[in-house]
Amino acid sequence: MSNLQSQDYIRISATTVTPPAARSWEDQVAKLIDVTRCIGCKACQAACMEWNNLRDEVGFFEGTYDNPLDLDPHTWTLMRFTEYENPKGDLEWLIRKDGCMHCEDPGCLNACPAPGAIVQYANGIVDFISENCIGCGYCVKGCPFNIPRISQADHKSYKCTLCSDRVAASLEPACVKACPTGAIMFGSKKDMTDWAGERVIDLKSRGFENAGLYDPPGVDGTHVMYVLHHADKPSIYAGLPDQPKISSTVEFWKGLLKPLALGSIAFGVVAGFVHWITAGPNEVQPEDEAEANHLLASKGRPTADPSRSIAEETP
Amino acid sequence: MSYPKGTIIRNSTPARLNHWLTAACFVLLTLSGLSMFHPLLFWLSSLFGGGQWTRAIHPWIGVVLFVSYCGLIVQYFRDNIWRREDLEWLRAINKVIVNKEEGVPEIGRLNAGQKFVFWSMALLVPALLLTGLVIWEYYFGRATSIETQRIALLLHSMMAIAAILVWIVHVYAAIWVRGSMRSMTQGYVTAGWAWRHHRKWFRDLVETDSPGPRPITNERGRK
Repeated sequence: MSNLQSQDYIRISATTVTPPAARSWEDQVAKLIDVTRCIGCKACQAACMEWNNLRDEVGFFEGTYDNPLDLDPHTWTLMRFTEYENPKGDLEWLIRKDGCMHCEDPGCLNACPAPGAIVQYANGIVDFISENCIGCGYCVKGCPFNIPRISQADHKSYKCTLCSDRVAASLEPACVKACPTGAIMFGSKKDMTDWAGERVIDLKSRGFENAGLYDPPGVDGTHVMYVLHHADKPSIYAGLPDQPKISSTVEFWKGLLKPLALGSIAFGVVAGFVHWITAGPNEVQPEDEAEANHLLASKGRPTADPSRSIAEETP
Repeated sequence: MSYPKGTIIRNSTPARLNHWLTAACFVLLTLSGLSMFHPLLFWLSSLFGGGQWTRAIHPWIGVVLFVSYCGLIVQYFRDNIWRREDLEWLRAINKVIVNKEEGVPEIGRLNAGQKFVFWSMALLVPALLLTGLVIWEYYFGRATSIETQRIALLLHSMMAIAAILVWIVHVYAAIWVRGSMRSMTQGYVTAGWAWRHHRKWFRDLVETDSPGPRPITNERGRK
């Protein structure tokens, strides 16, 4: 998704200078997905396809309600169905709308090597700028939620844009507009957090004592949040990470290793230069040639004509 | 290739071609790899036609380098086997480093420094290939778990930096020790060069009346 504004970035991938941030006062936005009110109708999936004009190839029925089976370059949001047996022995049908969480500290953006291929707007939305994407798949490694998918056709990475084009025009994301039960809400992050608080109080009064808001602090919070009946066990919702954070492997690779690597390369070059200046070149001396020729001659082998030097010239 | 009278063949023509193919691949891999490693160096990707081309071509160059380096291993491993005199030579490294080679033990065709470069690359190149395959998104993006790919990516980066450092040592040594460069371009060294830097090798060549680069072995296969 290309952006129409260029002065409201707070982060740009693979960029060492401060991005233009004239509109840094903007409200942080959030989408709140109330899993407890979701009926699994997939209207959000259809709306996403429609607004973003995505058409995946028709796949195969695999015996589950998940359709298609996974996110892919043409499926940016996906209902994941889990049949959960609670401790009382009752069945709970947990339906989670999966897709990009729009982390406040985005692992994809941190890992991306292509300048401007991933940006974060002042409102918190994390967006892929496809023309800058090089298709390396580093964002896949950076993401704690397993969201980005690389297209085999155009070698670009795709994921939910949080309808950044709609939001820029003060519209709510397509999935929000389509949801018939109000399970998907959109607004400022503060409003959504407040609303989630009311929902959690309501759920607790109905016996869901572990109900809560999923806004994981490991990635400094997300701009897509869930209300969960069992916020103590996010992973029962089709593998939602319990404590997502950017992998420490990725942190080290994109953190300390970069200056360490360039520093050690520079040190190597400088050390060579200093050695050249202090010790200088190691040159073959006339005595060496004389000794060598002596040995060659003793075995009857030809020797170089001493009047025609073939010593390599010093540059 | 004709060699001037009284000179010693240091590197055969196939070995030199093999070396420069490897070298070209290594330089291209370093430039393309660094462009995807550090944002400050992303501009290097322009040399390859942009980021997409850099991403696409880097692994293929890596495959060529691996095959090419296997050729170098075949051609050079015998002279890179560690010998007792290498340790003694290493003990005298403080003399070698300041160009005072009197009293430094006589060594064969390759010294301990060259052997270090050879074996470091012999370890790093296959390891870089393996980790590189894991993170080759187009073909193997779904072949391993994301966690495996994260580790492979970190290892690949660290080993690449190590290889670049070894390469700097290698290139500088070739600049520092005059005559080395010609031994890899035109293939020969003067007798004095062989005497000064690899006297044991030189003596072996003279003894077996070999023009180089290796002593002539007799039917029983010894020396």
